[in-house]
Amino acid sequence: MPRYLLSRLGSLVLSLVVASVVIFVVVQVIPGDPATFMMGLNATPDTVEALRHSLGLTGPLPLRYLHWVGGMLTGDLGTSYTYRVPVAGLVLQRLQVSLPLTVYAMVLSSLLAFPAGMLAAARRGRGADLAVMGATQLGVAVPNFWFAMLLVIVFALRLRWLPAGGFPGWGGGLWPGLRGLTLPAVALALPQAAILTRVMRSALIETLSQDFIRTARAKGLSQGQAVRRHGLRNALIPVLTILGLQFSFLLAGAIIIENVFYLPGLGRLIFQGITQRDLIVVQSVVMLLVAAVIVVNFAVELAYALVDPRLRR
Amino acid sequence: MTLLSVRDLSVAIHGRPVLNRVSFDLAPGEVFGLVGESGSGKSMTALAVMGLLPHGAEVGGQATLAGTGLIGLPERRMCALRGREIGLIFQEPMTALNPMQTIGDQVAETLLIHGAASRGEALRVARQRLDRVGLAGERFPLERFPHELSGGQRQRVCIAMAIALRPKLLIADEPTTALDVTTQAQILDLLRGLVAEEGMGLMLITHDLAVVAGLATHVAVMQAGRIVEAGPTETVFRTRADAYTRALFAAAHHVPRRTPRIGSRPMLTVDRALRRYPLARRPFAPPRFFDAVKAVSLRLNAGESLGLVGESGSGKSTLARAVLGLDPLQGGAIRLFGEHPVGPRMPDALRAGLQAVFQDPYGSFNPRWRVARLVAEPFHLMPAPPADAAERVAAALTDVGLRPEDGQRFIHEFSGGQRQRIAIARALITRPEVIVLDEAVSALDVRVRAQILDLLCDLQDRHGLSYLFISHDLSVVRAITDRVLVMQAGQIVEEGPTDRVLDAPEHPYTRELVAATPKIPPGWMEDDDAA
Amino acid sequence: MGLWLGAVLAGIFVAMALLSFVWTPFPYAAMDIAQKLRPPSAAHWLGTDQFGRDVAAQLMVGARTSIAVAIVAVGIGMGAGVPLGLWAAATRGSWIDEVIQRGGDLVFAFPSLVIAILITSVFGPSAVNAILAIGIFNIPVFARVTRGGAISLWTLDYIRAARLAGKRGARISVEHILPNVANLLIVQGTIQFSLGILAEAGLSYVGLGAQPPTPSWGRMLADSHTLMGLAPQLALFPGLAIVLTVLGLNLLGDGLRDLMDPRLRRQA
Repeated sequence: MPRYLLSRLGSLVLSLVVASVVIFVVVQVIPGDPATFMMGLNATPDTVEALRHSLGLTGPLPLRYLHWVGGMLTGDLGTSYTYRVPVAGLVLQRLQVSLPLTVYAMVLSSLLAFPAGMLAAARRGRGADLAVMGATQLGVAVPNFWFAMLLVIVFALRLRWLPAGGFPGWGGGLWPGLRGLTLPAVALALPQAAILTRVMRSALIETLSQDFIRTARAKGLSQGQAVRRHGLRNALIPVLTILGLQFSFLLAGAIIIENVFYLPGLGRLIFQGITQRDLIVVQSVVMLLVAAVIVVNFAVELAYALVDPRLRR
Repeated sequence: MTLLSVRDLSVAIHGRPVLNRVSFDLAPGEVFGLVGESGSGKSMTALAVMGLLPHGAEVGGQATLAGTGLIGLPERRMCALRGREIGLIFQEPMTALNPMQTIGDQVAETLLIHGAASRGEALRVARQRLDRVGLAGERFPLERFPHELSGGQRQRVCIAMAIALRPKLLIADEPTTALDVTTQAQILDLLRGLVAEEGMGLMLITHDLAVVAGLATHVAVMQAGRIVEAGPTETVFRTRADAYTRALFAAAHHVPRRTPRIGSRPMLTVDRALRRYPLARRPFAPPRFFDAVKAVSLRLNAGESLGLVGESGSGKSTLARAVLGLDPLQGGAIRLFGEHPVGPRMPDALRAGLQAVFQDPYGSFNPRWRVARLVAEPFHLMPAPPADAAERVAAALTDVGLRPEDGQRFIHEFSGGQRQRIAIARALITRPEVIVLDEAVSALDVRVRAQILDLLCDLQDRHGLSYLFISHDLSVVRAITDRVLVMQAGQIVEEGPTDRVLDAPEHPYTRELVAATPKIPPGWMEDDDAA
Repeated sequence: MGLWLGAVLAGIFVAMALLSFVWTPFPYAAMDIAQKLRPPSAAHWLGTDQFGRDVAAQLMVGARTSIAVAIVAVGIGMGAGVPLGLWAAATRGSWIDEVIQRGGDLVFAFPSLVIAILITSVFGPSAVNAILAIGIFNIPVFARVTRGGAISLWTLDYIRAARLAGKRGARISVEHILPNVANLLIVQGTIQFSLGILAEAGLSYVGLGAQPPTPSWGRMLADSHTLMGLAPQLALFPGLAIVLTVLGLNLLGDGLRDLMDPRLRRQA
């Protein structure tokens, strides 16, 4: 275990460092002078200079980089130029939407995908399998934002069961908040569920062709017992990988869905930051998202070791 | 009294017949050997008896275990029989165990699944059974995982699993084929002991006649889904009434006719060769190394066949790669024709003098190329392809017993034996003087193997080739080599004329190796020389 | 059967794009305010949008945009990813392999949509920048698939035979490895092609893809968003075009994989 842990931890730190450099370069170096970029072409040299000072964009690049990274490590994500408030506060506020939305979507997608994947694998080549696989083909082909629009047309505009957009906040209790997140979560979950189902099915089928399943059958286990006792755990690694990828994808990738439903989430924060040229927000929030992906991947790799004894060295 | 009675068992898979009216009987305490080449239907017979045939299989005939008809038995009843009344052991111990579960849990599961014991009791029995198969508690606690065990140890776990409930019938499908010869001997001993002690019937499926000769009381020879001959083992071995049986047995210890003309010119000399691999480093620890080949020296003379035998992990394949100049040495030297150093950077012209044939007839060829292009590939070693390249390819194909027209076909159109012939043609195309044969006949069925050995000897005679013949199989080495080297743990432990080393081994390891090799009792095959 | 359905769907989509070069029911950019927001009719098969433009014509020309973006993005991914993957496999275990692999991991760690948006915002929104953004994320995908396939081939004896014939890494990679991973690449190519179409639609939807007047399915959907209550059919047709196209490509990819996998072919 220690060696596996140590090497994973090493690559975690290295990835974070490289990612921060890449983001810094894309945001602060490639566009030329960030202050000019933020103010636009019509700004006078004086106002640009003033902005540069107020954002701490003076001094040599390496120093600015270190200052930024140092700030991130101590929880100081800088100050938003458009909102004039600390970015950290903005992020915390937005996470109250993005995190529940992500978890909600993942729960929905897992609840759908796990049984569907197992059913398809168990009934391989028969009617149920063909039906599930056909549905997943459709599921991966549907763009989630279009699906979201259809949901709005049907459930919000026609049936008026759920709100068409906006988020009431958690102040009014759990239920109104969940109501506001339901359509976006369904829109996000369906394509993910389709992918997860396919992975679950193929991982199970792969495992079922292994010799040790035949050994289990020779011991007197029925096909179903062999799947439950020996198949599932061995099929878990690819499924875990996809779950990890989906968590990070949903956390950041809800941008478009948040736009469809006017949700004040992290994705919208970045999107607004980009359209309003608020580089400080963009730089810090993108870094946070990348860090989240890297940390989730790390957690998934630790989970591998819990599942697979061969990695515990 | 009969334990297992099989009558007119026929199986077709998706309409294609694979078993044709197979009948045999097996008594308690008896070892019944089922022998045949690959594809003869031996494994299918076992799966049919166990009710584990693949989807799309139609079964006809009967199989009765202690009065219970097995064919057509409902799946629930069959599950209750498997593991309790019939135990099954497979060929591949490396993949037969669930990598995620401890060996204790896997053995105990046999008891738990049949409701034969509580969990605590099942683990206690698992301990006993693991002790019985030679995995003692202090070195092999129940909490071990399969990946911490060697192949032979894993096969012992599989046996413990199969005998956990003391079944009446044990079916072992090539149980030792994937194992080294010394491990094989131990596993066969274990099976022999279990049959005697527990009074089980053992159905032993194997391609290896010597294994059957040493273990089985009765034997049946299978070919193309039929039993062609059956009876008490010694009788079958002595009479060989069926033509196929005769051909099979003759091929099994076929010795090609050779007229060695050994010169004194050194073709290949290895001088204190060292192959060292760095091991994964622990932080703050000095680097560690593994020496796969430790100061090995050898000399191959012109026209000679030199054997190199050893078990898996002995370093013989690593040495082969170094000798072929595919990997660099970390010490010592390898020289071709007495002077030119061999290594990854050796000049092409020199490489043309040293070619090889590998083990796997299926992985040895790019499936997208036609045979003519495959055979011609070593022409790359020449500054320009020779003007008569096409003629030379045709000649090489003829040389190995194929037709020149075969050059226009793709490799998947050929059988395993034909592919090895093409591999030999490719090795010969640059007219080399030294050929390394790395387990070149190990993947072949016995009859094909005999033909390839004949071909190799014929080519040696005609072209004056020198062979370095690497194999784990002592009988093959005996048939074709003049001198033999025995390798163990990266070192040559014994060297000498083949007959002397194999008949009167001096080093303890060689003795162990020779003793462990299964043999057909002398006298059983007396009139064989005529064949 | 999936193969044929997929080929037909993808074929229709390509034919639509090609046909649009010579013929569309109406000039795709021609506005006719008097005819705005019409439902499907004999004249306007799929109706008109809020400026009275013909939806069918826009869909046909939009297919061009989708194809162009997806083809170039897959081209970038293959062009850079395949050589990198071959190189990594040829030098397996060396620092080169390590750098290529970790570099791929790193790209995967970036939320692709966010980075695509970042790129298009720094360099300006356009179809070209959308292509670049999508293409860059295709590179590690192809590098991984290539490396994975190549690694298992490198252990085979025919590679040893090629080395005995004096061939080195680059030549072996081109002669022996590439042709034998080609089927993997074709399958992955169709998958990335359909993902490219989805990504282009997403970027255009938020206004960062193809710019007006170039029609694009994603922007048609974005324009329809505010009109959802008024003219829901405007949201329906571009979405269906995307779904059917992607579905067709995926079926085609799966079908090709089954066709080229000899194990699967024998069972069929």
